[in-house]
Amino acid sequence: MENSPQIQTSSNKRTRLITGVVLIAVGLMMLLLFGRNLEAGQLATFGLTPALGTQSLPIPDLTLPVGPAIYALVLITIFFGAWEMARGIKSKGWLIGIIAFCFIAAFLIWATRGKSFSLIGVLSSSLVRATPIALAALCGVISERAAVINIAIEGIMLMSAQVAVIVATVTQNLYLGLLAAILAGALVAAAHAFLVIRFKIDQIVSGVAINIFATGATSFISSRFLEKNIDMLNNSGTFPIISIPLLSKIPVLGPIFFENGIIVYLMLILVVVMHIVLFYTPWGLRTRAVGEHPKAADTLGVNVFLNRYVNVIAGGMIAGIGGAYFTIGSVGRFDEVMTAGKGFIGLAAMIFGKWNPIGAFSSSLIFGFADSLQVKLQILRVPIPSEFLLMAPYIVTMIVLSGVVGRALPPAADGQPYEKA
Amino acid sequence: MNDKDVTTKSKEPEEKKETSLVKEISGSDRSAWQTILIPLLAVFTGLVIGAIVIVVTDATVVAAYRNFFGAPGYALKATWDAVAVAYGSLFAGSLGSPAQIIESIQIYFATGDSAPLLKAIYPITESLVTSTPYIFAGLAVAVGFRAGLFNIGAEGQFFMGALASAFVGYSLEGVPWYIHLPLAILAGILGGAIWGAIPGYLKAKTGAHEVVNTIMMNWIAFRLSDWLLNGPMKAQGYRPLTPQIEASAELPRLFPDPLRFNIGFFLALIIAFIVYWLLFKTTTGFEIRAVGANPDGATYAGINIVRNVVLAMVISGGLAGLAGTSQVLGVDHWVGQGFSAGFGFDSIAIALLGKSHPLGVVLAALLFGTLRSGATRMQSMAGIPIDIISIIQGLVIIFVAAPAIIRWIYRIRVDREEQTVLTRGWGN
Repeated sequence: MENSPQIQTSSNKRTRLITGVVLIAVGLMMLLLFGRNLEAGQLATFGLTPALGTQSLPIPDLTLPVGPAIYALVLITIFFGAWEMARGIKSKGWLIGIIAFCFIAAFLIWATRGKSFSLIGVLSSSLVRATPIALAALCGVISERAAVINIAIEGIMLMSAQVAVIVATVTQNLYLGLLAAILAGALVAAAHAFLVIRFKIDQIVSGVAINIFATGATSFISSRFLEKNIDMLNNSGTFPIISIPLLSKIPVLGPIFFENGIIVYLMLILVVVMHIVLFYTPWGLRTRAVGEHPKAADTLGVNVFLNRYVNVIAGGMIAGIGGAYFTIGSVGRFDEVMTAGKGFIGLAAMIFGKWNPIGAFSSSLIFGFADSLQVKLQILRVPIPSEFLLMAPYIVTMIVLSGVVGRALPPAADGQPYEKA
Repeated sequence: MNDKDVTTKSKEPEEKKETSLVKEISGSDRSAWQTILIPLLAVFTGLVIGAIVIVVTDATVVAAYRNFFGAPGYALKATWDAVAVAYGSLFAGSLGSPAQIIESIQIYFATGDSAPLLKAIYPITESLVTSTPYIFAGLAVAVGFRAGLFNIGAEGQFFMGALASAFVGYSLEGVPWYIHLPLAILAGILGGAIWGAIPGYLKAKTGAHEVVNTIMMNWIAFRLSDWLLNGPMKAQGYRPLTPQIEASAELPRLFPDPLRFNIGFFLALIIAFIVYWLLFKTTTGFEIRAVGANPDGATYAGINIVRNVVLAMVISGGLAGLAGTSQVLGVDHWVGQGFSAGFGFDSIAIALLGKSHPLGVVLAALLFGTLRSGATRMQSMAGIPIDIISIIQGLVIIFVAAPAIIRWIYRIRVDREEQTVLTRGWGN
């Protein structure tokens, strides 16, 4: 035991050395991948003003000389690798963030050499594509803070996506569609809550069963009704883009944050509201207590079951909004299995965001960025098969879950049914 | 330890032998009969609810009920017809008609003409053909459950196994079957095993939850296969398919051509027995089950958790890969897009219904194979989308996982509430 501090330092030194060597290798790889065969004086142009239909004030494009910019990024990467080797960097999160930024930037500059690329387009579609992921993640956060694992998010979103488009088409009112989606989400989440709280089913099994049921039910309704009556049932149109006066005029930030559909705004508001509710209200305190130590919470007079029901159902409503995004928020029709794993990616975002609303939102943005980059890169004709670019979000999810960027602990009672003594 | 002790101890298992199999499945004598009753009632209830879904989504029936008080008999008849046509075509499509089978056997013995007989047994053999990959995949999920792992990635592992087998199947030419077929099967096992090993390793080493990771591996497998089927593995022509495998890599078929019944079914039964033997008669199986039942206890007993978790996922993935292999080498002889659609979820339902016991899995797989195979006919005859089976499956899983619901519906008494813990939180 007396030796332990020394052992700690020596093992720390070893990890530092390994990390440093890996980072330097990443730098050299960047040089190898992107720094060869560059024509002298080639430029990469990054558009910062959306092409059409925007309120923001125009600003000049960002033009970079390809060669020097890539070499600079390589040098930064190697510098941080060397620093990590020699002195060690405290915050691994920042370190990996910086290296990831350098790598992606170098890649983008290389891919854009001699061409022009709308950076603002990628960034604003990142937020839009992050929206369902963030809503799924928020649903996960609020349920799991009360110790109920909700793997049924995918199914909830699928069902509410379908309900949204049907109600919106039949009533000719998108807002009624959104409301119906929220109700559908609440209903499915209530079923999950009932099964895991009342019947104490294994929470993951219940989630999987709901997902299977949702896939079957939506596909059944789709092929029995929607395909035959597209105009009467499955053609709703989408929410209009709302530009917020003044704010949308801000260059760069305006087009990203203040020219969006209502669901994106709802998501941004929910992130803030949930942060306040969880950490600054009595209800949030109770919820966290129920998630960490339900028995203690019960002893102090918190109704554990009620708290769990309310939180899971509220989560279902949020996932319902996420489901509505898929249909009335983006394409205006329902396709079978259109959520394509976004609910699960949302769960990964929740874990990456350490069960915090703001953390979950930030990590959703990373997934959204990966998703939107993948689409835009196809336009740039990068010599990588599009299928591999499409894999990016899934691979990122797995890397994130493996805790490369530091492990976070879930609420202590997560996944355990509560037995009243 | 005197002799008497030994004899009494050796006598004990003898007396309990009769109930041992049921006991192994259920874990206790007391609820032995419920072990069989509850899955049956779960399936029955699922089918009843499925019938309700069919009825309420049927335009004719709904129209008849609008005029219920005018003609109540007609409404009830319409209801009955809708269900009878649907489930009638489901069972005719999966089992065939007994009368026709008996008649064709008589013809065969009288005249030696086998054509009517082959026609009559076609639906049953088709059901067995459909069941074959389900047996493998159900076993895959069951092995995972026994180790406390929830392998939702059977679908991706199935696809990778199928692609690997197909690749070996069409790329080697002029090899005798006794080398080619085993190689193709091994490739399939390996493809699935690698796809299972990755989430298994991540789970064991980093605690990353296998549920999310296996789903991510599924999506990666789909994208990878999109690329392979449109690029390196694409056959001549427009459609994204692999070339046909060589005859030397095919699992031999037992009947002439429209019948696709092949030795894959018997292979599945053998593998089911091997899995039973592995799980319940070997040290490895004991360790895997110990890790699943109580990881802390297993650690304390000196069992290597990391090794067993990875091993369980490798076995699980290999079995799922074998499911794909049996489908490619025995039935389709090539792989196309969407080859594995819905497979992972089906196999979860089968493993849960079979209580993660190889015998239970085989029976559950036969049931689901029969339903799936009949559903195709139901879709064409009664116009009911095949997705109704997924609805029934979701319900069956819920009922099997929550026996309390079934007991409540059918008023079954129980002495104590048993609880099935299959998975554990986020693996912390």
